[in-house]
Amino acid sequence: MKILVPIKRVIDYNVKARVKADQTDVDLANVKMALNPFCEIAVEEAIRIKEAGKAEEVIVVSIGTKAVQEQLRTALALGADRAIHVETDAKLESLQIAKLLNKVLEQEPAELVILGKQAIDSDNNQTGQMLAALSNRPQGTFASKVELADGTVNVTREVDGGLQTVALNLPAIVTTDLRLNEPRYASLPNIMKAKRKPLAVIPADSLDVDLTPRIELVKVEEPATREAGIIVDDVAQLIEKLKNEAKVI
Amino acid sequence: MKTLIIADHEYGVLKPETSKTINAAVKLGQDIDVLVAGFNVSETAAAAASIAGVNQVVLVDTASFEHQQAENMADLVVSLSADYSHILASATTTGKNFMPRVAALLDKNQISEIIAVVDADTFKRPIYAGNAIATVKSLEDKKLITVRASAFDLQDTQTAANIVNNDTSNAATGSVFVSKEQAESERPELTAAPVIVSGGRGMQNGENFKLFEGIADKLGAAIGASRAAVDAGFVPNDMQVGQTGKIVAPNLYIAVGISGAIQHLAGMKDSKVIVAINKDPDAPIFQVADYGLVADLFDILPELEAAL
Ligand SMILES: Cc1cc2nc3c(=O)[nH]c(=O)nc-3n(C[C@H](O)[C@H](O)[C@H](O)COP(=O)(O)OP(=O)(O)OC[C@H]3O[C@@H](n4cnc5c(N)ncnc54)[C@H](O)[C@@H]3O)c2cc1C
Ligand SMILES: Nc1ncnc2c1ncn2[C@@H]1O[C@H](COP(=O)(O)O)[C@@H](O)[C@H]1O
Repeated sequence: MKILVPIKRVIDYNVKARVKADQTDVDLANVKMALNPFCEIAVEEAIRIKEAGKAEEVIVVSIGTKAVQEQLRTALALGADRAIHVETDAKLESLQIAKLLNKVLEQEPAELVILGKQAIDSDNNQTGQMLAALSNRPQGTFASKVELADGTVNVTREVDGGLQTVALNLPAIVTTDLRLNEPRYASLPNIMKAKRKPLAVIPADSLDVDLTPRIELVKVEEPATREAGIIVDDVAQLIEKLKNEAKVI
Repeated sequence: MKTLIIADHEYGVLKPETSKTINAAVKLGQDIDVLVAGFNVSETAAAAASIAGVNQVVLVDTASFEHQQAENMADLVVSLSADYSHILASATTTGKNFMPRVAALLDKNQISEIIAVVDADTFKRPIYAGNAIATVKSLEDKKLITVRASAFDLQDTQTAANIVNNDTSNAATGSVFVSKEQAESERPELTAAPVIVSGGRGMQNGENFKLFEGIADKLGAAIGASRAAVDAGFVPNDMQVGQTGKIVAPNLYIAVGISGAIQHLAGMKDSKVIVAINKDPDAPIFQVADYGLVADLFDILPELEAAL
């Protein structure tokens, strides 16, 4: 069995995004970039499945500029076997990403695709579900547990009311939640080894997907800032403020 | 053209998020239909029909929709989609699960978690954990939208609109429901509570969350948690507030032993009033708190309970 893991290069989760002065977008110049945390979890899960002897190959794929090769190398250092870079300078929408991923999936028919549930830049939470629709596969989203059996996978999902478990027939699509696993760190020898692992580049234009934008980014603004609060001395003052000033209790 | 809202419900109880999603939809200025799909949900449909602004409820009441699985929910919505220019669902875990699937089947994008309707094509949505607000304009002829309910008000009620039965019974295909571990709580839902008391890693263990009980009883509050508290196993996952947990905006949010990481703030910084109790005066939570108390939570919580 093959596992395909789509990964995204995003702003490092510790960095607070700043809006550009001209309000055209967020300023990413000289900002620390990293592998999307949910994608890191997806890579880890795929590697664990392989280590458990239930998969032969883990392929990572990323769509974007040349810079995404850095994150592909990171995933290779973590233990993925090979990487595919779908190269484009265009700013793509989720539907286009899902369509490109579906084309890759046609070329690399992996029984299991594991994506992050959400990219922490766009906060879209939709690409995996879209890929499931386009590839006509069942989906197990927001997974906190993935158990493979013969031809099926049981996925425990984090839902608003608690946890839900669903069974999917393979081939299937899974998206990861934070508690699925704790990703490992890449060791130095593995980082060195990753440099020699195969990384194929496919131009996005060659995949026959319409990349014309359908959503216009009109403006990006700072959120409303909260007025500075005060430090109270004790519980009595806190309660007095909540009762008489804020009037919330 | 009309607007279609897909109702969210659990065990037949219509979620308040649906009313708030209708509140967002009213701003589109079109007739609103609500789809209620589930099993034994005639009362859910009646509740939806009584929300102001609803023209008609489409009721699909059959066993194959009992768990609102993404695959057959998506097929159902697609089959109903022709008359609608806008299709909206709440950004609950149910809505987030099936809506992008609907979008892709219709060859449309989804606009996720809108917090404002600017006009019928233009919407505002938070990106980068709420550190930026994007205004996006859809150039497509059909809009697929999920709504961040915390940004909208509850609708009033009305005399019930018409309910029409639709006897589609898509066989449940795709994922097969196995089991559900339902969190049991007597308290209000996090996303509906007027007051939330929330604990972080500073609580040290699950047992100490009992210190919240008396306070929550007195305030009619729900109890929430940071990811660190959930990861450490103090409390279950459905209590997590944040970028990747629940997004809340109560009248009063009391953060106890929570440092205030970007991802936590993303889930609660639109609360009307924020109180922070933390022993570290430099904790970032104080930057968003209206009232901060620099102290040991184990001293403060019993005092607070007694004083309320
Ligand atoms: C992709 C991603 C998504 C995430 N999503 C979320 C999310 O949705 N929600 C979320 O919450 N986090 C999320 N996180 C995690 C987030 O980055 C922080 O790690 C987390 O919020 C920290 O939780 P905390 O404040 O409870 O713990 P800490 O940061 O460890 O803070 C504990 C605080 O308790 C205080 N304290 C300790 N003892 C006492 C005492 N006796 N009295 C008073 N104060 C005390 C300390 O001073 C400290 O400020 C996410 C992270 C990533 C990478
Ligand atoms: N440019 C991309 N290249 C590869 N995978 C992506 C890309 N964008 C999104 N994904 C995948 O889709 C997941 C969800 O992203 P999103 O739907 O944008 O929140 C991510 O965690 C990745 O697994």
